[in-house]
Amino acid sequence: MSSILIIEQILNGLQFGVMLFLMAAGLTLIFGVMGLINLAHGSLYMVGAFAAAAVAGLTGSFLLGLIAALIAAAFAGAIIEMVVIRRLYKAAHLDQVLATFALILIFSEGTRWVFGSFPLFLDIPDALSGPVTLPGGIQYPLYRLTLIAIGLLVALGLWALIERTRIGIQIRAGENDREMIGALGVDISKLYTLIFALGAALAGLAGALVGAIQSVQVGMGEPVLILAFVVIVIGGIGSIRGAFVGALLVGLTDTLGGVFLPELFKLFMEAGAAQKSGSALASMSIYMLMGLVLIWRPTGLFGART
Amino acid sequence: MKNLILATATAALCATGVLAEDVKVGMITTLSGGGAGLGIDVRDGFMLAIAQSGRDDIEVVIEDDQRKPDIAVQLSDKMIQSERVDVMTGIIWSNLAMAVVPAAVNQDVFYLSPNAGPSPLAGQGCHQNYFNVAWQNDNLHEAAGSYANGAGYANSFILAPNYPAGQDALTGYKRMYDGELAGEVFTQLGQTDYAAEIAQIRASGADSVFFFLPGGMGISFLKQYADSGVDIPVVGPAFSFDQGILQAVGDAALGVVNTSQWNKDIDNPTNAAFVDSFQAEYDRLPSLYASQGFDTANLLLSALSVAHPNDADAFRDALRAADFDSTRGDFAFGPNHHPVQTIYAREVIQEGDVFTNKIIGVALENHSDAYAAMCKM
Repeated sequence: MSSILIIEQILNGLQFGVMLFLMAAGLTLIFGVMGLINLAHGSLYMVGAFAAAAVAGLTGSFLLGLIAALIAAAFAGAIIEMVVIRRLYKAAHLDQVLATFALILIFSEGTRWVFGSFPLFLDIPDALSGPVTLPGGIQYPLYRLTLIAIGLLVALGLWALIERTRIGIQIRAGENDREMIGALGVDISKLYTLIFALGAALAGLAGALVGAIQSVQVGMGEPVLILAFVVIVIGGIGSIRGAFVGALLVGLTDTLGGVFLPELFKLFMEAGAAQKSGSALASMSIYMLMGLVLIWRPTGLFGART
Repeated sequence: MKNLILATATAALCATGVLAEDVKVGMITTLSGGGAGLGIDVRDGFMLAIAQSGRDDIEVVIEDDQRKPDIAVQLSDKMIQSERVDVMTGIIWSNLAMAVVPAAVNQDVFYLSPNAGPSPLAGQGCHQNYFNVAWQNDNLHEAAGSYANGAGYANSFILAPNYPAGQDALTGYKRMYDGELAGEVFTQLGQTDYAAEIAQIRASGADSVFFFLPGGMGISFLKQYADSGVDIPVVGPAFSFDQGILQAVGDAALGVVNTSQWNKDIDNPTNAAFVDSFQAEYDRLPSLYASQGFDTANLLLSALSVAHPNDADAFRDALRAADFDSTRGDFAFGPNHHPVQTIYAREVIQEGDVFTNKIIGVALENHSDAYAAMCKM
C-alpha cells in the first residue's frame, strides 16, 4: 500500500471528521447548555440539504443554496425550539426523546409531502468540481479540500464565539449554572432559542455541503445523527473542543478502519473472508473506540469531571 | 394508515372472465422512508394495470411496511387472517420477503413478487404458490459480468454493501465474469461516503468497476466517483440507474452501462402503451420497478380471467402459463416460477432535460437462474 493512498485516506478521514463536527457541535451545545437530547438534529441536517437543493435548482447558484440552507435550518430550529422544545427542558430525558423522535417523523413525512419521494439533485459548483494535484502527486477532489477548510474555519469561529464574546460567556455560564445566569438578568429563553438556532444552522450547513456529494433524500439525517451522538459521547457532552477532537477521531477511525482492517485480515486469512470480516469489524470500530474512551474517561475526553 | 383502493370501472367493459366472487389482493410495500420511491413505483405500475383492466371485482388493500421486516410480518398476518386476501404482492426488499413469503404461501395464499428475488426462494425454498415476476436477485449482476466479458474487461474492481443481497451481487457478477479481480470491497449498508473506496480503485490498477449500490448509496457513489477524476469505466445493475434516481445523479451517470430486463425503449406495443399511459397518469417516466408492478398486475389479471384463486390448482396453472402481454415482450416462467428472460445492457443518456436509459445490446439471452435445479416442487 503506497504512501499516496495512505495520505489520501487520511484526508478522507479528516473531511468526514470536520463534517461530523458541524453536526456534533450543535448537538453538544444543546445537550450541554439546555440538558436536552435532540433526536431531531438529523432532520435539521435534512432541512438544510433540501433547502440548498431547492434554491440551487431554482437559481443555479450553489452559494445562494448554502445561504438558504443556513436560513432554513436556523429558522426551523428556532420554530421547533419555541413551539415544542421549550416545554421539554424540565421534562425527563425519556419525554425529550419521545417528543424529538416525533419531530423526526413529522419532518420526514412533511419533507416527502413537499418534495416527493425521489431524491433531489444538488451538484458541486463548477468552480470546485474535479480533482487537484497536491504536492507529492496526490490527486484529490477540490470540493473535499474545500469542505475541510470550511469545517476548520467554522471550528475556529465557534471557538472565538464561545471564548471571546459576550454570548459565549453566557453560553458557558448557562452550562455551569442555569438558575444563576437567569438571576443575573440574562434572558434565558432568548439565549436558548439562539443556541438552538445556531446548532440547527450548523447542521443545515453540513447537510447542504455534504448533500452536494451525496444524495439529498428523506431520512438522510438519521445515520449522521447516530455518528454525531457517538462523537459527543467520546468528546464529552457540552464541550465544543471535545466535539472537534471526537469528530476527527471518529472520522479517521471509520475511514482508515474500513480500508486497513480488511488488509490486515488478509495477512492471515483467505482474501474473500478477510474482506467480509474486515469490513464487519470496521463498521464496529467507532463503537469500540467509544467503549475504550468511556472505560478510560467515563465522562468523555473533555467532559466535566463529576 | 390504510389505503383502500377500489378499482372502479363499469362492469360493461369486462369482456371476459366476469366472476361471481370478488378477489382481494394484499399489497405490502415500502411507501415511507428512504426506500419509498421503489414501493411507490411498484404500486403505481400495479394500480395502473388494474385500472386499465376495467374490472371492478378486484379489491387491492395497500399497506406500508416502512422497510421493516417486523412491520411487514404484522401486516401480512393481518392481511391473511382478518382481511382474508387471496393473493399477496408488493414487497421490495429481500430481507422483508424472506420474513413474509414462506409463512404466507404455507397458508395457501398466492404470492407474486414484483421485485425481491432472494436465492433461497428460487432454490430449495421454492414453493408452488410463489411466483417471481421480476428476476432472481443474481440475474442483473450475472448480466453485468457477461457484459464485462463482451466489453473486453479483464481486471475488475468490484464493490457492494455487506448484506445478503450485496454478497449475492458480487457472487452473481463473478459467476459470469471471466477476468481477474483488481479488488473486492464490501461497504457498509447505507454508507454515504465512498472517498475511501474510490481511492482504493484509483490505486488498484483496475480496467473496470462493477458496483451494486441501490438507491441513495448509488447516487452518492456516482457523484463522488465523477468528481474524483478517476475515469475507469463503470458497470452495474439497473438499480442505481433507474428513472427515479438518475435525475439526482445528473451528469455523473452519463454514458454508464447498466443491465436491466426492462427499458422504456423495448419495442413492443404493450411497452409503448405502458410508457405513454404511465406518463399520462403520473406525470413522470416509469422506472423498471413500475414495469415490474405493471407486469405483476397483468399476470394476475391473466390468471383471474381463467380461474378464481379459490380454485387453487387451476389458478396456479394459469399463473404458470403466464399468458399475458409483458412490457418485456415474451415472458415465461422457469420450473422454479422465476422468469426466463433476456437481460439488456443499457446506457445512460440525456433526452432534453431528462436523464434516461437506452438499450445498447443484449447481455444475456433467455437467462434463467443458478438455483432452478435445486427447486423441488
